[in-house]
Amino acid sequence: MEEEKTYTIPLIGEKAPEFEAPTTQGTLRLSDYKGSWLILFSHPADFTPVCTTEFIAFSEIYPELQKRNTELLGLSVDSTSSHIAWVRNVEEKMGVKIPFPIIADLNKDVSTLYGMIHPAQSKTETVRCVFIIDPESTLRTILYYPLTTGRNMQEILRIIDALQTTDEHKVATPANWKKGDPVVVPPPHTTEAAEERVKEGYDCKDWYLCFKKL
Amino acid sequence: MPCVSPDGKPTGTGVKTLSAVKEGATKPSEIAKATGNPMFRVRSGLRELVNAGFLEEENGDYTLTETGKNVL
Repeated sequence: MEEEKTYTIPLIGEKAPEFEAPTTQGTLRLSDYKGSWLILFSHPADFTPVCTTEFIAFSEIYPELQKRNTELLGLSVDSTSSHIAWVRNVEEKMGVKIPFPIIADLNKDVSTLYGMIHPAQSKTETVRCVFIIDPESTLRTILYYPLTTGRNMQEILRIIDALQTTDEHKVATPANWKKGDPVVVPPPHTTEAAEERVKEGYDCKDWYLCFKKL
Repeated sequence: MPCVSPDGKPTGTGVKTLSAVKEGATKPSEIAKATGNPMFRVRSGLRELVNAGFLEEENGDYTLTETGKNVL
């Protein structure tokens, strides 16, 4: 009987696994990004249509990400030469320069470490993963998209804004929150605090659901 | 961008980094400020320049080796 292979992924709250990998901008380690936020994302393959639209879209939000102390690092199991040829093609045909490095994970070391290959989708390509890693190398968000669905850049920006707002103000962010919207005050954990909460001047629907403007 | 080319010579970015060190930037953050490169590229480039023998590192400070001085 064939042994079933077990695939693991790092989980939210854990330290992101360290790696060293060849990229289009030289050999990089995860620890090279210490002190800044990092969006590590995988795409199925170079010279494919959905990936091309995503790379253009990632490039478009890159200036906004930089304002938020956030870097981008792409990955696929293609070679560095393939990445370079594709990046040059995107610039030549689409007029968009790809400003961030792309890992050439030919031996699948990084994609295996991060659970980027989902064999039921493809045994040879990475699915569309997004790992948001904070300045202390802690994994803060994981998104997985299938091969056929391109990612939403505004959602990625929104998550960065939400995580940074949470860290700075010790609050949570409600559904569909956008920067500037009211935030959620963490709910109290005692009956005494619950009674006091509604008198604290927040916009409270009840003791457990209170909003405030920052 | 890589700081050392496959033939072992420093690239344009490499020379820029070595020049920053010559001008007195010794820590990665100072080199990032002097070169205008993001920290991840500075750290990666410094590693390459040390491995290629152009720089030495001690307690987080970088200095030029004789080989590094001869490049500039």
